[in-house]
Amino acid sequence: MGLFKFLKEKIAKKNVKETETYVSGMSKSRENFANKLDELSKRYKEVNQDYFEQLEEILIEADVGVSLTLRIIEEVIDESENSNIKDPKEINELVVDKMFVGYAEKGDIVNEIQFVNDGPTVLLVAGVNGVGKTTSIAKLAYRYLNKGKKVMLCAADTFRAGAVEQLTIWSERLKCPIVVGKPESDPASVAYEGAKQAKLQGIDLLIVDTAGRLQNKTNLMNELAKISRVISKEIPDAPHEAFLVIDATTGQNGVLQAKQFLDCIKLTGIVITKMDGTSKGGIILAIRDELGIPVRFIGLGEKMDDLEEFDLDKYLYGLCLAK
Amino acid sequence: MAFESLSEKFQRILKKVRGQSRLTEANMDEMLKEVRIALLEADVNFKVVKEFVEQVKQKAIGAEVYTKLNPSQMVVKIVHDELTELLGSGESEIKYEKNKPTIIMLVGLQGTGKTTSAGKLANLMKKKLGKKVLLAAGDVYRPAAIDQLEQIGKQIDVPVFSMGTNVSPVEIAKKAKDKAYNDHFDVLILDTAGRLQIDELLMKELQDINASINPNEILLLVDAMSGQDAINVAKAFNSSLNLTGIIMSKLDGDARGGSALSIKHLTGVPIKFAGTGEKLTDLDVFHPDRMADRILGMGDVVTLVEKVQEEIDEKEARKDAELMMQGKFTLDDLLKQMKRIQKLGSLGGLLKLIPGMPKITDEQKEAGEKEMKNFEAIINSMTPYERENPEVLKNSRKVRIAKGSGKTNADINRLLKRYESMLEMMKKMQQYKKTGRMPPGMGFPPGSMM
Repeated sequence: MGLFKFLKEKIAKKNVKETETYVSGMSKSRENFANKLDELSKRYKEVNQDYFEQLEEILIEADVGVSLTLRIIEEVIDESENSNIKDPKEINELVVDKMFVGYAEKGDIVNEIQFVNDGPTVLLVAGVNGVGKTTSIAKLAYRYLNKGKKVMLCAADTFRAGAVEQLTIWSERLKCPIVVGKPESDPASVAYEGAKQAKLQGIDLLIVDTAGRLQNKTNLMNELAKISRVISKEIPDAPHEAFLVIDATTGQNGVLQAKQFLDCIKLTGIVITKMDGTSKGGIILAIRDELGIPVRFIGLGEKMDDLEEFDLDKYLYGLCLAK
Repeated sequence: MAFESLSEKFQRILKKVRGQSRLTEANMDEMLKEVRIALLEADVNFKVVKEFVEQVKQKAIGAEVYTKLNPSQMVVKIVHDELTELLGSGESEIKYEKNKPTIIMLVGLQGTGKTTSAGKLANLMKKKLGKKVLLAAGDVYRPAAIDQLEQIGKQIDVPVFSMGTNVSPVEIAKKAKDKAYNDHFDVLILDTAGRLQIDELLMKELQDINASINPNEILLLVDAMSGQDAINVAKAFNSSLNLTGIIMSKLDGDARGGSALSIKHLTGVPIKFAGTGEKLTDLDVFHPDRMADRILGMGDVVTLVEKVQEEIDEKEARKDAELMMQGKFTLDDLLKQMKRIQKLGSLGGLLKLIPGMPKITDEQKEAGEKEMKNFEAIINSMTPYERENPEVLKNSRKVRIAKGSGKTNADINRLLKRYESMLEMMKKMQQYKKTGRMPPGMGFPPGSMM
């Protein structure tokens, strides 16, 4: 069975409202990607060298990356020759198929935060500057508050001007407790205090915000590792979850980002933000391909409930298929 | 490895074309293929890559290979020159008004660094040009954005005009302009909220601000890490606002920043500034040649050299150089020099700028930094006489110094060896000064203290 059919059938069984958020949130990304695929298939009767080159262009312009793109195209060419497929539409399905399988075969994924049985579950949130860490944290807090969890925020970004204030405003809007340190105090000490308070106050989920840091800055990466270590002193095994926030507009540097952060803390997933723009976020496929890190949540808009569980079917469906 | 540098790739191809004196389609094909991949990996837009490579090919075919270069170097040179030219064309300076405030407006997607860059620009204009600058907080949407700008203003001692979050940004812009005129500011820098280029309502808001204050400059912030879509963003902002320039932010990361090329190539909007760090002094005028190196993945030697120049007091450095030339270079001088180098930031950061150095591991970098600290401890345990005359350091003195500094005899010997190789280098420099010829093997030997 071709993947298009498979996806459509699978989607049909899913919650309609959630799928709609994907479809509308990704409408701008899709306009480019899906339409280009579609137009391309209409322009050709049979595929040829030229056709594959244009496929390559579409994938690269979605930030899937050079090496993964070349591999996907190569595999598609091989398969089309072996099975004698020449119909452009079928070739396009094969491409989506490869993207899907390549991602899915790296293992099962549970999106929701995995809570520990006893005591607070700690989520550490990290990323480079300006990707939307603080906003994503607010959205995650909102999500789990709505699920009846006791959530606490911890403002361990003591570096950027206004960062503590930004998170504090969110805590007021969400009516959840927050732990802040003094300006320019050691972020690890704030995180430690957060872990302590979370235990004392019987919190279910402690979300630790950290300053944006570029992955090539050794000192700052060491600082992040220290934050993680210090939390585990107060709560063994914590942080239980560590998310890397990646901006959908990110290009090939995203792979380096994921790699360096993975070397520094035990990443358990990626949150991809700003998917409501025109970017396709193809870098998540490259990251999954090279490092195996799965996307757990996807930011599809500015509203509080525009953070969804990442669902590969829906992502590809939203990107390639839905009209 | 996906991110093998272009020069490394060329090394491989080079073997096949060695000795050919003219560039032909045949001997260039493979190299251009690598150039193409290098550009794509740097996030240069697909179409731009295609056009650019074709352009280079036309220029290069038939070009004679300079006797000193091999064909692959020749191709790199042509590619590099073309890139530099493309990136650098157009007006890159800010034109200041003489008798009224110059108004600068910053726009861009969320998280590209507008607020930080507003502070950096203000600081640059105040410190380097002696301008009287007013910052205006026009981001009423992101929580605490105004707080952020106010804190930045305090840090650099520049006033910030704000009206809270319940006023329309258009109104804030108008009032800020009035204030800039009334209080005779030289420059007004308006920070605006981040927005998606497809958000019609918010794009209209920018057009309204534009129409009501008529800024001299509208600068778009572009994140160096941005991917293929950057060009769509820039095109949309340009068509609704007629941008006058680009600020590339986060160039202190290791992203290659190919979007700079795409945007310049497809919109013609010049790149004016580059954000190079988290400190409020970390904003540079844009250097097209360095950006070309970076996009091609060739390391950034010039930045390294300039960074060193900036941080090292020029007088001190000249004194060092003179002492060196005279052969009067003591351990004290060596320590001073080391400290200045340390001031440049971690050695790791510097090494990243040097081409051909990516193979150095984190462990090696840390070892290098640790060694610097060891040397400092050892030199601090010496008497002034010993520092000036290291040749007197015989066994008993070494034992004392080792005890005093908590280091071993071997550490001390390593330091002395370094010192000697420094002296050796100086002798070669003197020779160079006399003959005007660079001795072979000059430059910083790997692992040397630079």
